[in-house]
Amino acid sequence: MSIRLRIISEMQRVAAEQQVMLPPLDDNLSLHETGFDSLGFAILVARLEDDLGIDPFTISEDAAFPLTVGDFIKAYENVPA
Amino acid sequence: MSPRETFALRDYLGPDLKGRTISDAHKVVSLTNIVSETCLVGRCDELAGRSVLLAVTDQLISAIAMTEIDGVARRMLLCPPDLNADHFNALIEDAEIDAIVTDQPARWADAEVYLVMAARAPVRGTAKAKIKRATEWLMLTSGTSGVPKIVSHTLEGLTGAIVADGPAQGTPPVWATFYDIRRYGGLQILLRAVIGGGSMVLSEPSEPIADYVARLNASGVTHISGTPSHWRKLLMSGAAAGFSPRYVRLSGEIADQAVLDGLRRAFPEASIGHAYASTEAGVGFAVSDGLEGFSASLLGSVGDGVEMKVEDGSLRIRSARAAHAYVGRGAAALTDSDGFVDTGDMVELRGDRYHFVGRRGGIINIGGLKVHPEEIEAVINRHAEVRMSRARSRRSPITGSIVVADVILADGCDVNRSDEIRDKILADCRAQLAPHKVPAMIKFVQLLEITAAGKLARTDA
Repeated sequence: MSIRLRIISEMQRVAAEQQVMLPPLDDNLSLHETGFDSLGFAILVARLEDDLGIDPFTISEDAAFPLTVGDFIKAYENVPA
Repeated sequence: MSPRETFALRDYLGPDLKGRTISDAHKVVSLTNIVSETCLVGRCDELAGRSVLLAVTDQLISAIAMTEIDGVARRMLLCPPDLNADHFNALIEDAEIDAIVTDQPARWADAEVYLVMAARAPVRGTAKAKIKRATEWLMLTSGTSGVPKIVSHTLEGLTGAIVADGPAQGTPPVWATFYDIRRYGGLQILLRAVIGGGSMVLSEPSEPIADYVARLNASGVTHISGTPSHWRKLLMSGAAAGFSPRYVRLSGEIADQAVLDGLRRAFPEASIGHAYASTEAGVGFAVSDGLEGFSASLLGSVGDGVEMKVEDGSLRIRSARAAHAYVGRGAAALTDSDGFVDTGDMVELRGDRYHFVGRRGGIINIGGLKVHPEEIEAVINRHAEVRMSRARSRRSPITGSIVVADVILADGCDVNRSDEIRDKILADCRAQLAPHKVPAMIKFVQLLEITAAGKLARTDA
């Protein structure tokens, strides 16, 4: 499964657990509009770290936190393996 | 001989009660004749008036040495076997130690003290040093980091709760404890055995639990104490079957409903009590109704010279059984100006009962919202499929920390059901806890580390 698909499926899982109604996900959707609160993102980032072995927001000190779903996925795709 | 006012440990070990013993995995020593046994080869009078560090690996030798030294030395600092050697110099200085009693004299050859005395397996001795004073009993706190604090007790204070409880009914008890007797919880049990006219079975750190239980059975143990972590380990081992103590005691950690119920099922005939005690505050109270927490009616005066209150969420105790002071240069005050010890144990009133929710210092901060790990563990442990759990903090770039949980499944639990069990645990956590307290992840593990003091290891606390 591609990183993108893994991220999207994990987002759907966390959303279900957090009882968040996830709108259709596309790259331009702002993270704010996903309905996730910071706890939801914290859980998502921790799960993805276990799943993918990376946490792009801790690796780079100056990593700006992404604003859209597309940016969020790119942050993972851009980490050198 | 004129009557003296000072009572020492060996005064409880007269020749009248026959058949009393103290034993470990290797040796059984008669407690009835203990007054004529010596581990110090009759040299105890050299310790008169001295401040003694009792640094003996072996618990049996330690116990006998305690009976020899109490009433003779000015001070006796009990050194648990797991004490970090880096702390020795600071402790020797702070407690003004001038004599060391040890089973490893070579190790102390360079210590800057007046006297290093070898302690050996007990032999028959004749002359005992005279009891001349109330020896100060110094114990170490069991905190996880830094030099432990030295806490000063008297034998009278240490035995206050035991004397108040009165003698055990029926045949004299045979006591055992999972604790090391150089820890407050373990020393209480040794003293209960000595003062209550009973016998004592010591633990052995490296002994497999099944062997330990076989030894408890063979020695006819009737009364036994340990931390909830010790008890969960026993319940998990499957070794509890066939063991039927009359009295089961928990202390040292929060006794949640799950462990109390587990013990009730394992020992249907036993009386099960959880006691609140700390090295500093001494024995506060014991609860015997099988429910977690304690009745709010205990606040105010418990009786026996113990008074309790809750302030800023933590339990405070003023008690004749509390330690007198912290010892050492720059030692902090042990009590507030009214004489109350702040235990640092946080409680919450639910209905007419207070429940322990965790340690003040152990709070996990999730983006500014706080939780005690113990509160989450209590919810997880309620599941029949769970034997024990540890909630801990995990660093998060978003909220600073999140909560994750490590869970040990109960015996015979089908590992293939782990996804189902995880969902069930999470659903219950969501139903009963605020969202930030729900573990972000649950990991099933085989083992959770228990510290030498018998408590669940909390690396992030």
